[in-house]
Amino acid sequence: MSTATQNHFELFGLPVCYEVDQLKLAEHYRELQRTVHPDKFANAPDQERRLSVQRAAQINEAFQTLKSPIRRARYMLEMRGVKFDEQRETAIEPAFLMEQMELRESLAEIPKTGDVLTKLGSLQDDIQTKVKQLTNELVELFKDDSAEAMAKAKANMHKLQFMDKLQQEVENVEEDIANAL
Amino acid sequence: MALLQISEPGESTNPHEHRLAAGIDLGTTNSLVASVRSGLAKTLPDEQGQHLLPSVVRYLKAGDIVVGETAREAAPGDPLNTIASVKRFMGRGVDDVKHLGGKLPYEFIKTDSSVPRIRTAGGDVSPVEVSAEILKTLKQRAESSLGGELSGVVITVPAYFDDAQRQATKDAGKLAGLNVLRLLNEPTAAAVAYGLDQKGEGVIAVYDLGGGTFDISILRLHKGVFEVMATAGDSALGGDDLDQAIAQWIMQQAGIGDDASHGHLRQLMHTARDAKEALSCKDSVELKVELDNGEAWKGSLSREQFHDLVDPLIQKTLLPCRRTLRDAGISADEVEEVVMVGGSTRVPRVREKVGEFFGREPLVDIDPDKVVAVGAAIQADVLAGNKAEDELLLLDVTPLALGLETMGGLVEKVIPRNTTIPVARAQDFTTFKDGQTAMSVHVLQGERELVSDCRSLGRFALHGIPPMVAGAARIRVTFQVDADGLLTVTAKEETTGVTSGIEVKPSYGLTDNEIETMLRDSLTNAEEDVAARMLREQQVEADRVLEALDAALAQDTGLLSKEERQRIDEAMKNLQTARDSTDNRAIKKAIDDTDQATAEFAARRMDQSIKQALTGHTLEEFESDLK
Repeated sequence: MSTATQNHFELFGLPVCYEVDQLKLAEHYRELQRTVHPDKFANAPDQERRLSVQRAAQINEAFQTLKSPIRRARYMLEMRGVKFDEQRETAIEPAFLMEQMELRESLAEIPKTGDVLTKLGSLQDDIQTKVKQLTNELVELFKDDSAEAMAKAKANMHKLQFMDKLQQEVENVEEDIANAL
Repeated sequence: MALLQISEPGESTNPHEHRLAAGIDLGTTNSLVASVRSGLAKTLPDEQGQHLLPSVVRYLKAGDIVVGETAREAAPGDPLNTIASVKRFMGRGVDDVKHLGGKLPYEFIKTDSSVPRIRTAGGDVSPVEVSAEILKTLKQRAESSLGGELSGVVITVPAYFDDAQRQATKDAGKLAGLNVLRLLNEPTAAAVAYGLDQKGEGVIAVYDLGGGTFDISILRLHKGVFEVMATAGDSALGGDDLDQAIAQWIMQQAGIGDDASHGHLRQLMHTARDAKEALSCKDSVELKVELDNGEAWKGSLSREQFHDLVDPLIQKTLLPCRRTLRDAGISADEVEEVVMVGGSTRVPRVREKVGEFFGREPLVDIDPDKVVAVGAAIQADVLAGNKAEDELLLLDVTPLALGLETMGGLVEKVIPRNTTIPVARAQDFTTFKDGQTAMSVHVLQGERELVSDCRSLGRFALHGIPPMVAGAARIRVTFQVDADGLLTVTAKEETTGVTSGIEVKPSYGLTDNEIETMLRDSLTNAEEDVAARMLREQQVEADRVLEALDAALAQDTGLLSKEERQRIDEAMKNLQTARDSTDNRAIKKAIDDTDQATAEFAARRMDQSIKQALTGHTLEEFESDLK
């Protein structure tokens, strides 16, 4: 089987499983890059150099995909034939959206109050707790092959995207505050 | 279980041959060359024992060119023909240069090409040519001190250099007759110099304040692998700006107007630099400046006043520091070492502020002027194949997002900043109008959302899209960034397979023709020399192909069927015949044919080595699990 046709898990010698051993992933990633990286081909003919750039890029892409909880979920869903339509947002439960709005409102309020950094910290803790919960659910969902489980996994992935955006906004606020100090 | 041994693909069949390689720090203010000798990386001095070569080039009427200290000394008396800090203009367009060089003495002229040229007594020169002169001087220095021709070099660039600036640097190397093995980011080079010395592991930050550029990189070290986690910076902020701040202050105090003569401004910059250096160890410094009316202004600058002048600039460097920490997903206290690079980090105030920010004393063990060149030399030695395997691997990132213009002047990002390179990523686009048969692709670099706020790298058109209703065509645009951080873009209409590709020659880059012309101009016996050089290049590549294939076939002929092997043997025979001719086109064609015949073989070998890498590995894990 060629590297081009292997799936990302096979490439890294890991089981197809949402829960990824990040240490092993990073270690195998370094092993693979030691083998294919263009630095190893600096004196090789053009063809081998081009091939090395391609393979190293593939390995980087696969590594980033498996490392990120969101990209990994999406990749595993795609492996199972789930389609993504970028134009149409998947329907998300109203309760989750309500919660998002509340979190955003509290974020917007924080800079106007005192003790900003502590409050930002506790908001980030809240976000991390929810992210953990969503990814824990994904581990279980991916053990199941049913259409229902996949639909739920897809929804969880979208929720993770929401949480990720929120996390970025918290960091933006944090950065603005730090830069103003 | 005994594992089959497979050596590195492309490894020389003669592994004991030592190739001469060097690392070059092509700096804004000074440049250096270093090389590994007897296992030690050291910068190489000139005949007078000077390691630093001032990055100053003077063009004389007779066509003579002077580089280095002599040129620097002549600068105040001949400002128009003496080019300093040319690095600031690399990869920049005419308008950028005007903006950057508002206070600079050079006479920039617009030409048909998008590359600005500087008018000198020795003719009009582009920044790439000026840089090439500096590189040539360092090449000669290295070759005379190492006693042979350089097989390849690593040239360092600020991590925050964009594609146009990198391309310009590589072009300068080519023009200087160098085989550029890699463009290496300066902070990464510094980390290499420190990391190997101290066998460090963990997270380090490299703060690099050069003459004209600022970079900050956060790296993770792990068993010889240097993984850049994030990088940021400002390619138009450096120690020169500290001098400028002092010079401005003096002008204000002494009542010198902006219309002062070029020579006068240069003198002021000298005075400012001397004051900055003196304030490192003194509490105040006496200043004396000659005025145009023959009188002199006298004054003094205290350390407190100096701090007030430079603190805003130092503060400006801390914003990128904060951003890299965030991008790397770590906090300042997780950084185990802070490495200081660049002459400007000698200023105690800079060390103090950076130390405060990271909460630890910065490392200054290696001369901040030399550390980048030393790291580049180590990398050059590895790339030349002189080092044992598995010692060092550098995984760097793209400093700025790469994207495309979409409707409404917006930028769609294809590769975000801080993505590990090499990287290849594709994005699909479609047509906007019914029957649209062409599509214009505008490639941009930068973090901002609007096209007008990003840097334009190039435009190209994809023609021959079959007429379809709007939105039916599927155009896949692929961005590939190689290990030098250089971008190639290709576009393909998926339903018909119409392809269009460019090596994104930056909007402000030189075309291949321009480079060839410059090459021709720079050689004495024009036509013949160029032809001889092209022939030599093809012969070297042919030898490389044949040598690599011999080694590959000796190991892995088992991967080939009898027919495949025959086809390869035939292609090699033809290549050998062509190689011995003097027809560089015939050699080129024979190489292309051989490439075709061996493409599948090369891919199989690569995939085999990938699998081998992990097989050996998982076996080790398996064995250690058993213990």
